Amino acid sequence: MTDIILETRDLTKHYGGVHALTGANFILRKGEHVAIMGDNGAGKSTFVRQITGVEQRTRGEIIFNGSAVSFETPMDARKAGIETVFQSLALADELDVPDNLFLGRELVKVNLGPFSILDYKAMRERTMMALEKTGVKIPNIRNKIRNMSGGQRQCVAIARTATFHSKLTIMDEPTAALGVQETAQVENIVRTLKEAGEPLILISHNMRQVFDLVDRVVVFRRGRICANLDIKNEDVTGEDVVAYITGAKTQAGYEDAA
Amino acid sequence: MADHNSHGTGGLVFDSKKRAWPNEMNVLLALLLMIGLFELLGALTMGQSFLFDSDGRFDTIFNEARLKIIILQVSIIGIIAIGSTQVIISGGIDLSPGSIVGLTAMIAMSFAQTAMVNGNPNPKAIFGESWMDLPVIIPILVALGVGLLAGFVNGALIAYTKIPPFIATLGMMVAARGAAKWWSKGNPISFPTDQFSSIGNGLNGWAPVIIFVGLAVLFHLILKYTVYGKHTYAIGSNEDAARMSGIKVNRHKVLVYTIAGMLAGLSAIVLASKNLTAQAGMGVMYELDAIAMTVIGGISLAGGRGSLVGTVLGALIFGVIISGFTFLRLDAYYQEMVKGFIIVAAVVLDQWRQRRAGSKV
Ligand SMILES: Nc1ncnc2c1ncn2[C@@H]1O[C@H](COP(=O)(O)OP(=O)(O)OP(=O)(O)O)[C@@H](O)[C@H]1O
Ligand SMILES: [Mg+2]
Repeated sequence: MTDIILETRDLTKHYGGVHALTGANFILRKGEHVAIMGDNGAGKSTFVRQITGVEQRTRGEIIFNGSAVSFETPMDARKAGIETVFQSLALADELDVPDNLFLGRELVKVNLGPFSILDYKAMRERTMMALEKTGVKIPNIRNKIRNMSGGQRQCVAIARTATFHSKLTIMDEPTAALGVQETAQVENIVRTLKEAGEPLILISHNMRQVFDLVDRVVVFRRGRICANLDIKNEDVTGEDVVAYITGAKTQAGYEDAA
Repeated sequence: MADHNSHGTGGLVFDSKKRAWPNEMNVLLALLLMIGLFELLGALTMGQSFLFDSDGRFDTIFNEARLKIIILQVSIIGIIAIGSTQVIISGGIDLSPGSIVGLTAMIAMSFAQTAMVNGNPNPKAIFGESWMDLPVIIPILVALGVGLLAGFVNGALIAYTKIPPFIATLGMMVAARGAAKWWSKGNPISFPTDQFSSIGNGLNGWAPVIIFVGLAVLFHLILKYTVYGKHTYAIGSNEDAARMSGIKVNRHKVLVYTIAGMLAGLSAIVLASKNLTAQAGMGVMYELDAIAMTVIGGISLAGGRGSLVGTVLGALIFGVIISGFTFLRLDAYYQEMVKGFIIVAAVVLDQWRQRRAGSKV
């Protein structure tokens, strides 16, 4: 066994003529927290969608927890232990908080296949526990997502990952719509994960947040990885990262991304 | 319970006693309004009451005959509307149930033939003598099977070829009607067994109502309390989110349309048995009436919203309109024009509600 939890080799996704992601070689070690940065449209979310079974890759390999995987559906990825906060949040607007937290893996009282009877009470209780664990504050969990603010929706999506035990957590811009307090809360959730030794991929445009939270920064530019920066051990500044993002600099070994 | 609901923070306090005004209440009000209108018009123009026993001909409060007619005439289409409700909540539409009724009625009736008609041998038996006087369960299973198959084809086309539901079910609508005509070269099929005819006429004629209400209650519980129901709402409210959450969206859609097809098959049994005959033209336009019932009942065509309670109320509004116009001795065309107006009004109302809800965010 190696200490690598996730590795991608030559991971590539083309949407017709759009080369959204090309030849991504990426490694995440156990317990490690890595940030992915890059401009809008750089391919960050595309990268996440290939790993989590939302879309099928054009080519390349994904090795998760020691074995090559090919998740057909997001459910397969979740079953394997990858919990994701998608940038689109993936919430059903007409349902309430417990419904959304348990969407696709409802707790049931009586198992009758598709007609299994829902255990609403247990789901409400677990929802309250998850909200407490994450410090997320929602005035009324019976409220439909449609009637919630952008920040509250994001909180629900984040609480969803905390409801279930996972081997890898991926958050795609989890604090984009959050206020100061809520952002601090999410950052605390991330720190909790770090202490628990759970690995994380964090996509963020917030330089301060990234430097506060993670061990390593991987920069995407126009669908390619153009830098891999060990910010904990090497002398890397915010300006350096910006230079890589904008293309002013390219790291040795990633010249083909220039 | 109170604990779950009053997790108020950040200055927001939630009053758990203050529930949102459910949309079904609006539909109920519309129903009462409609009844009130007919009462008023009846009193003004004829001095008669619409629903109450005004002439003392019955020794009860209500005019039971009229109540029965109202519910009875919407029961058969109401069974279809139970399926349409699920389809529309899942974000789809089904134009085929009317034709499925025609086809299923023909096939089921062929398996429900009686050997002797008034002491003479059945002149029109489809499959010959050995296929007559079968136990009633056979035509019922055949009807369910035909409906299931047609619904399954709808669902599979929609889920796996990504044809819009409107087109896929339009194709089924035309094809199933053709198959219904082909089945007996356009001839009606009559002379069912007594057992079969009791489905639509039994219990003093209340059987269709009981079947409709029973199915409505069953599917109401299924939609509210099972995984199937939850996923139906989830897919209708955000299909991508449902997929990303791990719901097997395609498989679920096949199930929804299959159930709708089976309900159309059931409706065909009740209809053919009530009329004691099956004809290829049976059920024409039923799908549109069923969709109208759901829309009037507040089921959003955008998907994800509404409930079977709404559909049942919508069906009752439908029945009240039809009976009301007959009561006022107005011609059927007025009835249809008003029906059309109400359908459009219901959709406009729904879109207006949606816009208002959307702009709050
Ligand atoms: N389904 C799709 N079909 C076609 N092009 C797509 C599709 N999804 C994404 N793209 C394109 O792929 C590129 C990368 O998109 P992606 O969403 O991965 O960007 P991102 O790095 O996450 O950006 P942001 O910071 O704005 O979230 C963009 O140019 C986008 O337009
Ligand atoms: Mg993105």
